[in-house]
Amino acid sequence: MQEVVQQLVNGISLGSIYGLIALGYTMVYGIIRLINFAHGDIYMIGAFVGYFAIRIFHLSFLPALLVAMAVSAVLGMVIERLAYRPLRNSTRIAALITAIGVSFLIQNTALLAWTPDPRSYPDVFPLRTYEIGGVYVDNRQIAILGVAVVLMVVLHYIVNYTQIGRAMRAVSQDADTARLMGIDVDRVISFTFALGSALAAAAGVLVGIYYNRIDPTMGSMPGLKAFVAAVLGGIGVIPGAMLGGLVMGIAEVAVVALTASTWKDAVAFAILIVILLVRPAGLLGRQVREKV
Amino acid sequence: MKKERMFTFSGSSLRQKLSWLAAGLVGLILLAVNIGVYRGTVDFYFSGVLVVALINVILAVSLNLINGFTGQFSLGHAGFMAVGAYVSSLLTIYLDWPFPVVLLIAALVSALLGFVIGLPTLRLKGDYLAIATLGFGEIVRVVLLNLDITGGPRGLGGIFPKTTFFSAELVALLTIIVIGNIIRSSHGRAFVAVREDEIAAEAMGIDTTLYKVLAFSIGAAFAGVAGGLFAHHQMFIDPRSFTFQRSIEILVMVVLGGLGSITGSIIAAVVLTILPEALRGMAEYRMIVYALLLIGLMLVRPQGLFGTKEIGDFLGIERVRWAKAKSQQPAAGVLKSHGGDGR
Repeated sequence: MQEVVQQLVNGISLGSIYGLIALGYTMVYGIIRLINFAHGDIYMIGAFVGYFAIRIFHLSFLPALLVAMAVSAVLGMVIERLAYRPLRNSTRIAALITAIGVSFLIQNTALLAWTPDPRSYPDVFPLRTYEIGGVYVDNRQIAILGVAVVLMVVLHYIVNYTQIGRAMRAVSQDADTARLMGIDVDRVISFTFALGSALAAAAGVLVGIYYNRIDPTMGSMPGLKAFVAAVLGGIGVIPGAMLGGLVMGIAEVAVVALTASTWKDAVAFAILIVILLVRPAGLLGRQVREKV
Repeated sequence: MKKERMFTFSGSSLRQKLSWLAAGLVGLILLAVNIGVYRGTVDFYFSGVLVVALINVILAVSLNLINGFTGQFSLGHAGFMAVGAYVSSLLTIYLDWPFPVVLLIAALVSALLGFVIGLPTLRLKGDYLAIATLGFGEIVRVVLLNLDITGGPRGLGGIFPKTTFFSAELVALLTIIVIGNIIRSSHGRAFVAVREDEIAAEAMGIDTTLYKVLAFSIGAAFAGVAGGLFAHHQMFIDPRSFTFQRSIEILVMVVLGGLGSITGSIIAAVVLTILPEALRGMAEYRMIVYALLLIGLMLVRPQGLFGTKEIGDFLGIERVRWAKAKSQQPAAGVLKSHGGDGR
């Protein structure tokens, strides 16, 4: 029993990270129907910005987190402006190929600039472990969960109770009608990329602190898994992304606990294939009939 | 029935003359390379590069059948290649079966897997399919990492060097001929009809699921053969040879050449194999260049260098239109509407 709860705690920590990354996928997909392949690499950039902010500028945890989020938000907007906006009206496959290209560009530039060697993250949190009824929880896990919950609440507020949030929802429902209503669609899309990228960067910094190591290819696997999490929860549905992330995290931790850790990368994709076949709209998504 | 000529030639503009000149030149180079390899005057290293180029031709042309002609977006080609590579290597190492038989079995196993994977996933559209096939490729890699018989992360060594320049060339030619003929058959038009507008194709009585799975399985079969050739050329394989990165490399070749152009895929595969070898000093920039190539192409010329054109279109050769084919062209109106909305 203790073992199960312990794995659950670990799973929730990992799951919150997937959830944070998945939010960016889901928002971007909800608005322009594009799988932003570069999202995982923005998460990586976020981790590195946080790393440099702490190591070179000696910032403490929270300022470093905010700096990483800000830099990544700008990066997300720049990518959208340069690579995706010119393709707004072309085929979705063309946009997808471009996204793959952007992902490769970021990753390989980072490999060149920062070498493939992993770096150990600076120690901003002295590790403290608490024992609660035989279950071990450390302060890093608490920080991850805390930051994730705060960001979720902020996001929820922005999307549901602000003007830009209302514009986002309008654009995701029908971009053309939204434009007719006087909404600056380009600005809304830009803002969505900024928001999603900032969340991914936060996840990057948290992962750096939690696992204590970062490298330029760290974004590809969590990126793909977070996408799976977004699909699992129902792509385009914001609470779905967080739920999907948690389910993914727990499933992955469970598989590692029950079998060998080498199988963990297969779990995500097995889940994906099953969910796409059984319930393509995801756990919280609505089934939409396709109109001919 | 009146006998028709295989090809008809039309016009002879300057562009066509130049194209003929270029085609002749390429033919001469190919002849020279063949004689060179045969007589052993081409050095070992370069003939190795040529083998890899030919393997990439097979991969690119077969992926083009799925991505270019049928309009399904597969990102799992490396997975099928891996299956073919491992199956064929295990057969030659443990059972010592003859190489052509082994390649055939590699093709069959990959095709079967393509069928099994394709049947459920091809119900998905566009980007979902891309992710599902990507997931398939990753699962193959993870399985290979965990099995004992494949040597896990240590890889599989001691594979006999059975792939020669000529066997690779033969298989590449076969691939081009087979896929080229499929595309020019009525089945081929069904593939293109699925790409252009699935709903219209279905309305015209084309079994879209069948054709999607068919394209997927045929593409997988050739990828399996390419994997077999690759394994027996490298003499060592490990799961790292078949990552997502490899699938992307093949995709770049297809996209660069033109989604829906066999000629384009061949040229792109050869150029993208030989060019990085020539620019060895810039090796670490290779993936960056690939990435920029992908983005740039999509922004400037999303249809790729050749679009859907083939070498014959440049030479002024009109492909023969069989009387029978004409009567079977209900989807012709659909075919003409290029640039489907890509849903």
